[in-house]
Amino acid sequence: MAPEKMVMMANQIAGFFHTQPGDDQAAKVADHLNDFWAPKMRGQLIDHVEAGGAGLDPLVIEAIGMVRQPA
Amino acid sequence: MKDFVIPWDEKDIGTPAKSGAPVTLSIDGFEVTVPEGTSVMRAAAQAGLDIPKLCATDSVEAFGSCRLCVVEIDGRRGTPSSCTTPVAEGMVVHTQSPKVKKIRRGVMELYISDHPLDCLTCAANGDCELQDMAGAVGLRDVRYAAPEGAGIANHFEARDTSGETNRAWLPKDESNPYFTYDPSKCIVCSRCVRACEEVQGTFALTIQGRGFDSRVSAGAGFDDFLSSDCVSCGACVQACPTATLQEKSVIEKGTPARSVVTTCAYCGVGCSFKAELNGDELIRMVPWKSGAANRGHSCVKGRFAWGYANHKERILNPMIRDRIDEPWREVSWEDAIEFAATRLRGLQEKYGQKSIGVITSSRCTNEETYLVQKLTRAVFGNNNTDTCARVCHSPTGYGLGQTFGTSAGTQDFDSVEQSDIVIVIGANPTDAHPVFGSRLKKRLRAGAKLIVIDPRRTDLVKSPHIEAAHHLALRPGTNVAVVSALAHVIVTEGLYDEAFIRTRCDWDEFQQYAEFVSDPRHAPEAVEELTGVPAAEMRGAARLFANGGNGAIYYGLGVTEHSQGSTTVMGIANLAMLTGNIGRPGVGVNPLRGQNNVQGSCDMGSFPHELPGYRHVKLPEVREIFEKAWGVEIDPEPGLRIPNMLDEAVEGGFKGLYCQGEDILQSDPDTKHVAAGLAAMECVIVHDLFLNETANYAHVFLPGSSFLEKDGTFTNAERRINMVRQVMKPKNGYQDWEVTQLLANAMGGDWTYTHPREIMAEIAATTPSFAGVTYDLIDARGSVQWPCNDDSPDGTPLMHVDGFMRGKGRFMITDYIATEEKTGPRFPLLLTTGRILSQYNVGAQTRRTENSIWHEEDLLEIHPHDAEVRGLNEGDWVRLASRSGETTLRAHLTDRVTPGVVYTTFHHPDTQANVVTTEHSDWATNCPEYKVTAVQVSASNGPSDWQEDYAEQARKARRILPAAE
Ligand code: SF4
Ligand code: SF4
Ligand code: SF4
Ligand code: FES
Repeated sequence: MAPEKMVMMANQIAGFFHTQPGDDQAAKVADHLNDFWAPKMRGQLIDHVEAGGAGLDPLVIEAIGMVRQPA
Repeated sequence: MKDFVIPWDEKDIGTPAKSGAPVTLSIDGFEVTVPEGTSVMRAAAQAGLDIPKLCATDSVEAFGSCRLCVVEIDGRRGTPSSCTTPVAEGMVVHTQSPKVKKIRRGVMELYISDHPLDCLTCAANGDCELQDMAGAVGLRDVRYAAPEGAGIANHFEARDTSGETNRAWLPKDESNPYFTYDPSKCIVCSRCVRACEEVQGTFALTIQGRGFDSRVSAGAGFDDFLSSDCVSCGACVQACPTATLQEKSVIEKGTPARSVVTTCAYCGVGCSFKAELNGDELIRMVPWKSGAANRGHSCVKGRFAWGYANHKERILNPMIRDRIDEPWREVSWEDAIEFAATRLRGLQEKYGQKSIGVITSSRCTNEETYLVQKLTRAVFGNNNTDTCARVCHSPTGYGLGQTFGTSAGTQDFDSVEQSDIVIVIGANPTDAHPVFGSRLKKRLRAGAKLIVIDPRRTDLVKSPHIEAAHHLALRPGTNVAVVSALAHVIVTEGLYDEAFIRTRCDWDEFQQYAEFVSDPRHAPEAVEELTGVPAAEMRGAARLFANGGNGAIYYGLGVTEHSQGSTTVMGIANLAMLTGNIGRPGVGVNPLRGQNNVQGSCDMGSFPHELPGYRHVKLPEVREIFEKAWGVEIDPEPGLRIPNMLDEAVEGGFKGLYCQGEDILQSDPDTKHVAAGLAAMECVIVHDLFLNETANYAHVFLPGSSFLEKDGTFTNAERRINMVRQVMKPKNGYQDWEVTQLLANAMGGDWTYTHPREIMAEIAATTPSFAGVTYDLIDARGSVQWPCNDDSPDGTPLMHVDGFMRGKGRFMITDYIATEEKTGPRFPLLLTTGRILSQYNVGAQTRRTENSIWHEEDLLEIHPHDAEVRGLNEGDWVRLASRSGETTLRAHLTDRVTPGVVYTTFHHPDTQANVVTTEHSDWATNCPEYKVTAVQVSASNGPSDWQEDYAEQARKARRILPAAE
């Protein structure tokens, strides 16, 4: 997937959870990614964060530790 | 083959059912008890005493014009018409007194004197109520004749014996492609007129003139049926007692001898039909009175547009090719399946287990869909399955799942009859769900109020005898802002249903929500500029909905196909909970599903993250059920969604696809990206009736079977599981589920299904909400709504009656976030897309029927003001460009769209509207944002380069080598 598209999709998810109440938004972002993103996509996202996470919403970066690494 | 035995009596008992206190009367000495308000005619028919009738039929209210149904009633003067006389307690009725028999004969004699006596060669021979009644009343001779030399006084002779033309005679109107109107046979009973008004709600027909001159007339004086407002639903044809309105197929082929009850394969209403045949030749499709979704009504698609099954372009033999630039080679089924299986296994060996996947179809049956997702999960060994519902209703799954705990509409269609206030948001039911549209309009004419939320002025906003109380013509992309503003009014003005919320919802979550939505930034006044909806209208609509009694919300793709599609669905659920409109008849949240089996394909586990019954693949207890049933290990990780498959394909990681009954190249957004993805795959298997657009990129083509040729079930938008019954053998040799089984077995699947009922048994055994579903049950009951299990053995017409599926209803915060797709100097207009009545989805079927007469091409609707500043006139070729691509089509100037918004349909491949749509999608589900694309429109001289290249590529890709050596 083109990195810009991946960043946009991840940011959209973060955008929604920013608006949700509570203090576990990052966990919710991670849950959503774990539930709906195929392992390879999650892997790409993790790699992107490790490479600096250009363009990503800080909430995605905060969530990334809770995103399951692909096997 | 044994025909399905219809368990209900289909007899026409003259007048519609009533509900009221029981009334007992005596008819010909028999005691009969019926609800108050019932006609004497209906009461008699229910006792088995049929009173002759002509102008009455039980689909419409009685009119009392023919006087054939007269009876005598003790203590009443004269001979009242039984169809218009309501029953009364203790009434004593005589249906066969000498007096009424004499009257009836006289009436018949008059009718027959002005009717041609060509019964033997008439298309309605044997299916004509005039004939039947002449027999029933014992008419033996007709004494009326015009006096010598007085000229002719009838409607059926074109000229008299001297050659003088008869001014009262009118020629046949054959303009409608599916039925004819022959005025010479009309008895002016007005059943057609009433059917068009009461059942269909189009008001296309009137009776013109009086007495001898009265005529049925479609539209204004100069109109014929085709040019009138008629939408060809067939209700008038159904109601006509004579051959005056007659299906052309019956005229051509003769009257049918047998019938099989089955389900329409076009839209999510799921109408039941009787397929009427001679042998295996289909003569006509007639809406089935006992069909619980349609109650005897139909639209042009299901009623008439079934000819595609015999279209000459239908492919009946499997075909393969090594590369997509080669022509197709016809091969045997064995060779095609072997070729496909070898390639797919080869790809998995080379590129990994997850390099291939499937797309299930929302047009195929539940059983077929179940097998396709099982193919990928059990045989391919991954979860790469998705369905076209991705591009339409995936946000419904997510949004309703979050708020209510299940992904389904809450009501049955009958519920609308008890609604007092209806919100229709982002849906156009009179075009996309016509039979539901008619049922809704009927309720609106009876006094229910309507709020339409749509950028376009749809027909519902204003049509004969219907007018929306509020039309909120919002800017595309601002649904969430509008829904939140409505909630703001309801909460801040204290119009919410506190008792309901306290008992049924989580009170803490409600309070958070109330605080959020009360913020002044959600006030109608604050969002007026953003949404384009005047604040006063918004407030009026919110108050009306909150105070108006039973409130129901119906929504469609105009809600889901947005970057905030899932959020809007949650917002809609919030509105329903706020106003206590859940859990009883007349209320609820109702997604109107696009294709016939969108609901079913979602239920059957088509999505990559969930197994059948909406259970996530990550849950070990759920995987275990299927692992036991299938004897394999199931991947606990979600698979790829359609857009992800295409992205992966472009990057080289996704190589093989089995696509059943879908045309992703035409239906999915950003055509160029889809084409690039398909072109990058090494084995694309298309399983369809026709060489669709996706097949241009396919290596294997497996011919599909039409819904007339298979057994199975469809689940409509009311969660109603309807039976699809085979009415003829598959022309291609196999039903679609058999083809999937062949492929699975060629890849080591070891499947042994011999009938779809066995597949349903497996579904029931593994999926709690289907636990009680069997073919026997559906046969016995006609249909059943899931959940159907030990708790509700007869199914569930209304959901969340005592509690939500998830326990407490959950209010979700729904903040408006603008889409990335923004207008600007280069692309100043917003394009939104939709569909029209006569065509269906990508049009693969409907374009291959006479329906094309109503919709030859996709047009771009543009406001006259926007057209003028661009120098465009009606019918001009225009260039429609977005940052994704451009296409050309013709302009239609109309103020249905507001300035700044343009609209088109996507039924024709040449238009390629999806070349223009972008890859933006719903945040939660990746459902594409079809409804909002920033575009520019300008004058053009003809097709764009892409359209021409595409047409050339398609032509080459469709070559088939002549049958071999
Ligand atoms: S086909 Fe339907 S719309 Fe047309 S005239 Fe008959 S009832 Fe009316
Ligand atoms: S067209 Fe048929 S239904 Fe209509 S008035 Fe004539 S006979 Fe009756
Ligand atoms: S409303 Fe839908 S299901 Fe019913 S006949 Fe029309 S297309 Fe078929
Ligand atoms: S059937 Fe009652 S008046 Fe015609």
